[in-house]
Amino acid sequence: MTQIAEYTDRAQYQADIDTLAAADTNNTLSVLRDAGAEKFSEMDFPHYKEEAWRHTNIKPILKSTFRTHIGASSASLTTDDLAAHSYAKDGLVEVVLVDGIFSSELSSLDTLPDGVVFSSLATSEASTDQLGELVNYTNAFVALNTALVEDGVCINVNKNTQVDVAVHILYVTTGKANTATHPRNVIVAGGSSEFDVIESYVGLNDESETLTNGVCEIVVGDNAKVTRHKVVSEGASAHHLMTTQVTLGRDSRFNAFAMTLSGQTVRNELCVKMTGPGGHCDLNGLYLNDGDRVIDNALFVEHASANCYSRMGYKGVLDGNSTANFTGMVLVPQDSQQTDSDQLNNNLLLSDKAVIDTKPQLEIFADDVKCTHGATIGAFPPELIFYFQSRGMDPLTAHGILTYGFAAEVVDAIEVEPLKKRLADYVFTKYSPK
Amino acid sequence: MLHVNNFHVNVEDTEILRGLDLTVNAGEVHAIMGPNGSGKSTLAQALAGHDAYEVIDGTATFLDNDLTEMPPEERARLGLFLAFQYPVEIPGISNAYFLQSSLNEVRKSHGLDELDALEFQELLAQKMELVNVPMHFADRNVNEGFSGGEKKRNEILQMAVMEPKLAILDETDSGLDIDALRIVSEGINNLRDPERAFVLVTHYQRLLDYVKPDFVHVLYQGRIVKSGGPELALELEEKGYDWIREMNPA
Repeated sequence: MTQIAEYTDRAQYQADIDTLAAADTNNTLSVLRDAGAEKFSEMDFPHYKEEAWRHTNIKPILKSTFRTHIGASSASLTTDDLAAHSYAKDGLVEVVLVDGIFSSELSSLDTLPDGVVFSSLATSEASTDQLGELVNYTNAFVALNTALVEDGVCINVNKNTQVDVAVHILYVTTGKANTATHPRNVIVAGGSSEFDVIESYVGLNDESETLTNGVCEIVVGDNAKVTRHKVVSEGASAHHLMTTQVTLGRDSRFNAFAMTLSGQTVRNELCVKMTGPGGHCDLNGLYLNDGDRVIDNALFVEHASANCYSRMGYKGVLDGNSTANFTGMVLVPQDSQQTDSDQLNNNLLLSDKAVIDTKPQLEIFADDVKCTHGATIGAFPPELIFYFQSRGMDPLTAHGILTYGFAAEVVDAIEVEPLKKRLADYVFTKYSPK
Repeated sequence: MLHVNNFHVNVEDTEILRGLDLTVNAGEVHAIMGPNGSGKSTLAQALAGHDAYEVIDGTATFLDNDLTEMPPEERARLGLFLAFQYPVEIPGISNAYFLQSSLNEVRKSHGLDELDALEFQELLAQKMELVNVPMHFADRNVNEGFSGGEKKRNEILQMAVMEPKLAILDETDSGLDIDALRIVSEGINNLRDPERAFVLVTHYQRLLDYVKPDFVHVLYQGRIVKSGGPELALELEEKGYDWIREMNPA
């Protein structure tokens, strides 16, 4: 245990852990929670002086206490309430969780294709061999999720299944002040399967300070392909911390999109481990920052096998007094020859006061590798602005269009059409000249 | 339409144009030829209003408007169009969106209604046919992944959409193979109009086989040293630029 002083009130969190343990013992999750509780007792909350958190101001999270509600949410939502966030009308399978608890009334599972098995973690049918196996307990928040998880999503895609319909997992926070929810997803794609999943984290309340403390474990089987889209649309005062751990089998592909649109503090931690040759991961991200918001994207890719390819392409637009942090760590152990890895982080600063800290990192121990990284911070080159002016548009209009184009490039790469369209409209409304 | 008088233009404190005179009237096609470093691109960019080019003496007026101090976007709205020698790429922005925004800015400045997406789509389709540009150009991001020839064809498409009064083409023919040159030239010829003037800045005579100029000027060391009809271009082709250098010792 480190000696860094802590100002988080553990007692309140512990009280919720104890209450939950007492209330519900006959459930797949209770074994996991016990393990989580034990880890929690051994771990510290991160301190802002630690390297990994130094540029992410999480003091507001550490200073507040977020109580976890036991049982179903008391909020009664209708499908109309969620219409703006739903993709059911576009034919996607939709799993809705309200304040962390699965709601079958609000979900649309009719279009769930053969070969895709969904269960909510709270049910005893949940096939959860993988649950808790992957994730790295890096800090107390991850342990806290494990100790307090009441429900979540478990999806198994059978071998050789090509899934045509994307699955949308919608976590809705109704926003009772100072509450925490602990989303938990386990996604297992069997060998040679293909699957697209969207996770939305939506807050309905902009005033209340809440904490979404999530963990996601993804297994991509040999020769399988998974595309995961994560959209963070938390309430304006909400905090979002999420750790995602992915493991790739040989010849498999993992494409990811992490789109951070709103929320006071957001940290997306994504760890990918490629365990067999031919692994391919393509990690994209877009973060739209303004006000005094904080967005942190921490990526870690391990080329645990030779002959794998990884790419990171993250873009940020920062306005106001916002701060953002990007760390991309790629680890290539000694035997991982023929590694090909590329990292790029581009940031557009719209104001003098916005701050981005970008740190692409490479730890390479093999000698036959190709690894590149790049980061840009700045504004648009004058030649580009002049091109717009030569076509009758003034510099302000040019900036608006270019900012939209900068952000839209990440959205353009998304292949799930309804999601792409909604995000494209969002970015257009936010940045294009009025 | 365009009166350039005793034009002296500096780039990074180096004088490039040294008292250039040029008059272009509506309906005319002028070719400006000259060796490298003579100031051809400087003339084009300075008329378009690029701020790296400093006018230190002389005047340029366009449709009776003094261009000095006028921002580039206002020149464009008046009807001055520059087809770039090296068009930049604009990732994330489609040709359709870019051109719709441009045209609407110009329309606004003339008190006209803006075109909505559907109306613009129709207009764009017509223009694409006029200059023989493939339909997929509309949805492609501006110049992204375009070959040199495609970029030049895209410049001509933009010109067709903007309907300028004065079109300045800065070495549009450079780097084009014979087929691309033919297509680009057809596009230019389809846009010729008694109300419109063209200034073709070119290093090679080849373009002028397809787009017949009314006047040919030779630019050398920042000044127009010789003007004539289309036959001047042929003479230049035959004798080379050394002929000009000999006639105009430094």
